[in-house]
Amino acid sequence: MTVPASDPKSVTGKPLAIAESVDVLVIGAGPAGLEAAIGAAARGFGVLLVDENPVPFRTMGDDVPLHFGQGMAASARNRNAMMEAFVASEPRIAEAFEAGVDLRLGTACWGLYANGPALGWMPGLVAGLADEESSILVQVQHVILACGRRDMGLGFPGWEKPGVMGATAALNLATRYDAFGPRKVVILGSNTEALTTALALRDAGVTIAAIVEQAAEPIGDADLLASLSAGGIEILAGHVVREATGRDGVEAALVAKLDGEGRPIGDERTIACDGIVLAVGATPVIDLIDAAGCKVAFQAERGGYAPVLDASQRTSLANVYAVGDCAGIWADKTRDRAIAEAEAARAVAALGEESAETETVAPSAPGYDISAYRLAWVRASVIEARAEFHVCQCEEVTAREILEVRPPRYLDWQNERRNDRSLSALLGDGPPNPDQVKRLTRAGMGPCQGRRCREQVAALLALGAAQPLSAIPLAGYRAPVRPMALAMTVHVPEAPEQAEHWDTWFGMHAQWVPFWEVPARYTVATNDATGPVASE
Amino acid sequence: MSEIKGASVVIVGGGVTGLSAGWWLAREGVDVLVLEKGLIGWEASGRNGGGCSHHHSPLFAEEQRLWPIMDELLGYPTEFRGERVRLASSEHQMALYGRALRNAARQGFESDVLDVKQAKEMVPLAGDTVVGGYHYKFGGHANPHRTLQGYAWAMQDHGGRILQHTTVTGFRTEGGRVVAVETDRGEIGCDTLVLAAGPQTGRLSAMLGQEVPVQSARCEMIVTEPLPLMPLGGVDGCGLYGRQTLRGNLAYGGGPHEWLAMAEEGTLPKPTTPLMLHMGKRLAELLPKAAHARIIRSWAGVIENTPDGRPVIDRLAAQANVVVATLSSVGFGLSPASGRAIRDLVVDGACGFADISSFSLARFAELEPNWRDLQGWQVTAATEAVAA
Repeated sequence: MTVPASDPKSVTGKPLAIAESVDVLVIGAGPAGLEAAIGAAARGFGVLLVDENPVPFRTMGDDVPLHFGQGMAASARNRNAMMEAFVASEPRIAEAFEAGVDLRLGTACWGLYANGPALGWMPGLVAGLADEESSILVQVQHVILACGRRDMGLGFPGWEKPGVMGATAALNLATRYDAFGPRKVVILGSNTEALTTALALRDAGVTIAAIVEQAAEPIGDADLLASLSAGGIEILAGHVVREATGRDGVEAALVAKLDGEGRPIGDERTIACDGIVLAVGATPVIDLIDAAGCKVAFQAERGGYAPVLDASQRTSLANVYAVGDCAGIWADKTRDRAIAEAEAARAVAALGEESAETETVAPSAPGYDISAYRLAWVRASVIEARAEFHVCQCEEVTAREILEVRPPRYLDWQNERRNDRSLSALLGDGPPNPDQVKRLTRAGMGPCQGRRCREQVAALLALGAAQPLSAIPLAGYRAPVRPMALAMTVHVPEAPEQAEHWDTWFGMHAQWVPFWEVPARYTVATNDATGPVASE
Repeated sequence: MSEIKGASVVIVGGGVTGLSAGWWLAREGVDVLVLEKGLIGWEASGRNGGGCSHHHSPLFAEEQRLWPIMDELLGYPTEFRGERVRLASSEHQMALYGRALRNAARQGFESDVLDVKQAKEMVPLAGDTVVGGYHYKFGGHANPHRTLQGYAWAMQDHGGRILQHTTVTGFRTEGGRVVAVETDRGEIGCDTLVLAAGPQTGRLSAMLGQEVPVQSARCEMIVTEPLPLMPLGGVDGCGLYGRQTLRGNLAYGGGPHEWLAMAEEGTLPKPTTPLMLHMGKRLAELLPKAAHARIIRSWAGVIENTPDGRPVIDRLAAQANVVVATLSSVGFGLSPASGRAIRDLVVDGACGFADISSFSLARFAELEPNWRDLQGWQVTAATEAVAA
C-alpha cells in the first residue's frame, strides 16, 4: 500500500530555518539566570544566556519591557555606556563569560514554541531571539526562564505624564545604569517590594518625598519600615494619589486621605516631586511561559499569576524550567537573592534527569491578602478618581468604558437605545474574561502589549463582578512578546516548498469552484486538483 | 441542578453561523436558545480576517445585499466597510486573482483593473513590489469580534437566549426526531435542533447517525501597531488575506495550516508558531511602506473543513428536525446570509433566496471512507491518540 502524499499546503514536512542549536538556553541574566547559566556550564552543557538589557532608548520610551514612564536620564541614550554599566553592575556576568557561557546582551527572546495537543510542527523546543539587527530561531534541548518581574500599573488622573513609572523600571535605571531621571519621588505602596525599592532609590541619591499607602497601616517588613522612618521619610497610610500635576512631566502629586470606605475625603495636599513610582504589585513576567503553553495559575503566595512548578522548578512543559522572580515573588525572595539562586541550582541539577514528580514547597502565604490589597488600590485610585483618565494608555480606554464594555471611540457609535450593555450583560454565567473585554473595548490591545494595564483591567473586572482577582482568567500572552518590526522578519527564510503555496486559503481547488460549476458528487478520486488556484 | 427551559429551536454552537441563525430566527419571534461550550465567538469566528467578498458562493448575492445594512439591522456596529483592493506582486498572482473579477462580473458586480500607478495611488503603503491589482467595487470587511457580539446582543434584544459554558453531551431522540439536547447542565427540550458547532460538528452529527465529514486545522494571523488609515482598508494580496482595521492596525493571515485531531470534548489550545515571521515578511512585501511597523500580536484559530471545502447547510436524513451547518473555514463574511439560509431551512424547509444544493450532504454519498488519508490531511500533533 502506498502512503498518499501529505497535503502540500499543510506544514507537514516543511522545515523551519533554525540558525543555531544549543543544549541549554537561559533567558534573563539576573541572579537566577546567571546562577543557572554558570551552573549548567559547570555540568558540561553548552549554554546560551540571553538578556534583552540594556534595551535601546527608544524601546524604553515605548514602555517595553518595563514601565519606564519616560523616567530615563539623558545618559540612557548612550548605548555603549548603558552596556558597560549593565555589565559592571553585576559581577557574575564576568563570571559567566569565564565559565564559557555564550552570553548575548541586548538580545530578547520574543517567542518560545513547544509541540503539544494542537501543534506538531516544531522540530523540538524552538526559541525566537532578536537583537537590534536581526531575528533568528534557535533550537534548544532545555530552557530555563529567568525573566524577572514587572509592576502592576495603577492609574489616576495624570498618570500618563512623564515621571510616572513602575518600581522595577525605576530600580533598574537607578541602581544598574545610574540613569534615573527624577530627583524626588513619591512611592505608591508599602509592601516589602515597595520598601526595598524606596531604600535602594534613597541609597542611589534619590529623595523620597513620601510613601503613600491606601491601607490604614503600612503592610511591609517592619525593619525596612523602621529604617525608612528613621531616615525621615514620611509614610502616608490611608492615603491615595488624586492627580499627578505638571506641564511637561510630573511636578507634584496631589494626595488625599481615605475614609473608612476607601473614598478620598478632605483637603488635598500637594507634594512636590518629579517622579511617582508605582510599587503596589510586583508580578512575575510570565509572557513567554504562558505563550509557550506552560500551565499557569493565580498563586497569591507567588505574587499573582505564576507558573505551576514542581520541586525542581519544572513547568508543565517538558524541559522548560522557571526560576527567579518569574517563578514567583515573595517578600523573603525579594530581600535575599540566594533564594532565587537556589531555585536556579535546583533546575540545573534536574537538567536531563527524570522528573520525580514531587510538588514544590509553596512559599509561605503573604502577610496580607494580595487580591484584596490590589483591588483596594484600584478602587481608591481608579474607580474613585475624580476625573476620567485612560486606564489603557495605548488605546485610550477609560475605566468606565471597560466596565460598560463600550465600543472604541473611533467608531463614534451613539445608540441611546442600547446603553444597557454593561459588563453584567456580557457576563452571562461565567466570570468576566479580560480577553473578551479586550476584543470589545480594545483595552490592552496596544503597542505596549498590555504591560501597563492588564492587571488593572483584571482588577476592574473583579470589582465589577464582585469577585477576587483569582477568579479573573489570565489575559493570554502570544508571540511576539516584544514588538517586532515587520522588516525584522526577513532574516528567517521560508522553505521554498512552503513559499509556493500561499495563494489559496487551504490549497483546495474544490473550495473555490464557483457554485454554478460544482459537480453533484464529491469524491477524492474524481476531484480535479490540478492547476493553479487562488482563494476569494 | 435547576431545570433549563427548553426552546422551540436549540442551536448548538455560539459561533458566527449559529448566532446569525439565532438572530434571524429570534427577530421573527421564534423562541431560540444558543448553547456554547465556552464563550461565544471564542473559536474561528473571532479569529479570522473579516473579509466579506465570496464571489464563488451561492450566498454571494445575499452577502453583498446584507453587509451594507447590517449595522442598521443589528443595532450594533460591525465596522463594515465596503470594497476591496487586491494587489499582485507578480504576473502569476495578477492572473490568479483575475478569477474574482470574472466570477463577480457574471453576478453583476463591477471591478477595475489597476496598473502600477493606480495601485500605488489607492494604497499609500504599497511600494515597488506591486505589479498591478484589482479594485473590487463589492465586498469589503468587518470586525469579527464586534459583529459576533452584535449578533448575540441583537438576538437577545429579540428574546433569544444564550447559555455559555454549557457542553452538549448527547441527544434524546423519539421517532426519528431529536426531542432534547443533553448537556452537562441538564436536558434541554427542543422542537428543532441546529448543529453549528464548528470543529465539533462532525462528532455531534455522528452521534445522530449521520456524520458531517470534517477535519480541523490550525491557521494563524498577525497584527501590527496602528498606522495612519489608508483611504480603503480592505487591501490584501501577495498570498495574504486581511485588512487594515478602522483603528489602523494591519491584521493579516495566510500560509500553511496544520491538520489537527479534535479532542473528544472541550477545546484545543491555539498556539501560534514562527509562521508569524513568514507572514510578517509577506506583509512587508505587500505594503513596503509599512515595513517599520511592529508586530504586536499573533494568534491562531482552529477551523474545520469538509472534504471539498464547501459548506454544508442541510437537514439530516436520519433525524427530520435537525439542520446541520458548517461553512468549512470560510464562514465569517458569509454569516449574514448563512444565518438566513439556516432560518429558511428551519422555518420553511428550504432556502428561499439562493440555490444551496451545492451545500447538500448528499454530495458525499460516494466519498471514500479514508478521504482524510487520501487527501494527505495528516495529523502530527500529540492528540493523534485521542482522535475519534
